[in-house]
Amino acid sequence: MKKWVGMLLVLIVPLMLLGCQGSAKQEQATSTSATEAAKEPFKVGAIVSVTGPSAPLGEAEKKTLLLEVEKINAAGGIDGHKIDLFIQDDQSEAKNAVLAVSKLIDEQGVIAIIGGTTTPCTMAIKDAIAKAQIPQMAMAAGIPITKAPNNEWVFRTAQSDAIAVQKVIGYMSTGLKIKKFAIIHDANSFGQSGATELQNLAPKAGLTVVKVDSYKTDDTNMSTQLTKIKGSGAEAVVVWGTNPGPAIAAKNMKELGMTIPYIGSHGIGNKKFIELAGNAAEGVVFPAGKVLVPSSASGEQQTVIQAFLDDYKAKYGEPANSFAGHAYDAINILTKALEKAGSGNEKLRTAITDTKNFNGISGIFSYAQADHDGLKTTDMVMVEIKNGAWQEKK
Amino acid sequence: MHLDQLLQFIISGITSGSIYALIALGFTLIYNSTQIINFAQGEFVMLGGLFAVSLYSVTHLPLVLAIILAIAIVTIVGVVFERLAIRPLKDSSGITLIIVTIGASILMKNVAMIFWGRDPQTMPPFTGDTPINFFGASITPQSLWVIGVLILVVIMLQLFYKRSVIGKAMKATSIDPTAARLMGINTSNIVMLSFAMSAGFASLAGILITPISMTSYSVGGFLGLKGFAAAVLGGLGNPVGAVVGGILLGVLESVSIGFISSGYKDAIAFLILLLVLFIRPSGIMGSKLRGKV
Repeated sequence: MKKWVGMLLVLIVPLMLLGCQGSAKQEQATSTSATEAAKEPFKVGAIVSVTGPSAPLGEAEKKTLLLEVEKINAAGGIDGHKIDLFIQDDQSEAKNAVLAVSKLIDEQGVIAIIGGTTTPCTMAIKDAIAKAQIPQMAMAAGIPITKAPNNEWVFRTAQSDAIAVQKVIGYMSTGLKIKKFAIIHDANSFGQSGATELQNLAPKAGLTVVKVDSYKTDDTNMSTQLTKIKGSGAEAVVVWGTNPGPAIAAKNMKELGMTIPYIGSHGIGNKKFIELAGNAAEGVVFPAGKVLVPSSASGEQQTVIQAFLDDYKAKYGEPANSFAGHAYDAINILTKALEKAGSGNEKLRTAITDTKNFNGISGIFSYAQADHDGLKTTDMVMVEIKNGAWQEKK
Repeated sequence: MHLDQLLQFIISGITSGSIYALIALGFTLIYNSTQIINFAQGEFVMLGGLFAVSLYSVTHLPLVLAIILAIAIVTIVGVVFERLAIRPLKDSSGITLIIVTIGASILMKNVAMIFWGRDPQTMPPFTGDTPINFFGASITPQSLWVIGVLILVVIMLQLFYKRSVIGKAMKATSIDPTAARLMGINTSNIVMLSFAMSAGFASLAGILITPISMTSYSVGGFLGLKGFAAAVLGGLGNPVGAVVGGILLGVLESVSIGFISSGYKDAIAFLILLLVLFIRPSGIMGSKLRGKV
């Protein structure tokens, strides 16, 4: 008997933990009480990476969606319709996102879907949503998301990688006035797409890529790759990835005595990078939405950003990041369109397409038939890390 | 290709290789006393790093004290793990025990995720971060710590095996547990000690690597796999082999990034592992007489 006790402990407990996660996923619908809802609620689905490697992004998105829906419903909903939000956790995996999408569409009958958090998850659910002909508000940056095929129903609130890359290229050619640079990128789809886009755009700006190298997401040391870059005559290094890789690269560069500028991607736009890289973060420059440096925004957008940052901080006791901003933009653009068009599929899509000059957190959105990204390079700024804080790099 | 670049590749390789070696040592110790592969080994690495970070940055203990305490805690976790999960099953088949270690690793990983969250964490290097110039290549003080600790551990372990009674008993148990038991050695305590030591080494590896490459709840799987590969490469069950295998694996990875491409790093390392095993199934330092593998 005794040995079964040990076996049960070791085998059942992890299964239970996994089981708890599984059941938690399904309980996250916020329901409106029947007495309050005068009109039938609008059912909105969301697929975010609340757990798994992309959890630092997805968690902020989930919190924001809950916060914003609560605010909208407290203010009486959309023309009397409350929002019924169904959040599904894809656990940062595309296959779970696909399962979640059929659940939301077939079982819940949602009229629009917000998500996913990451490019692979977003790409995986795009076709099913397009087939169901309901609008999708994506929060991921990968360039192909809004490109054909099946892009008629997908809109995006994150700045596309293309804009971030343009920003970096512009900074190197006109800001730093250099000619040669090297790239080190994460071997995942985020790093890969950034590196390809950098190589495509570099020649047009008169820049030469002298070395391209990659690292695996969980690699612990990049000094070998950086040693090669050190000997390549590069005048700057562009590091394209998300934490902790870029922080390790920053430390390794310092260890190798490399003093050429470090330019990061928008994937390091959170305080964690500064914390992890420590001293090595000083002087790092990267493209980001204006939410990181609210003073870089102007007029009404600045008011919107500041209000959002204050609300989020008040509710959760921690600062909002740019991913939270993507969720804010997604739910609020959708709400505006629902106000205008109601829940009709085609009408709703037209209303989203007609969004013009929406003051969002990630930028001022103007969608069009041919532009489901809605943002321009002016919606991002180059940010420099100085004394452990972000400031705009002019 | 300049010579100082090659030197740099080798130094980077030795640093990561020393970490693999420390983890591989743990695999070896447990394999010797129980003939099982402990797939929770990587989780001890993770726990070591995370406990040290918490003790240092949250409770503000002095660095040395935080490190000693973290190692002690993880060692206790290793002992508790052996008592709760391995000992009650000691008469079961090897595969059952291996599955138990996999279950335990999932458990530890999940608990760590709930306790520490998902973000990576770090702590400062033990003695500053000013790199030292070494014939044109640079080496960080933390790398020296990693390599130095490995050398120290190897020397201590050899002395332990050769000079101490417990060490000799441990060696005897690994050669023939039945005979050892007949000679009056409490093999059950030896098994527990091997779990304690391997958890201790793994936590030490986790702490040493944290200032260099950070740590998080999810690092265990990857580092455990590398440590396992190193142990197999060196010859499973041979402590010297574990060290040689670890360093060789680290250098191979680094040099293959340097000369070929980072995309092939893991592929090349494991290709060489397979080749060695084809040519010499018992690993580089493994004895040819081992029949139990």
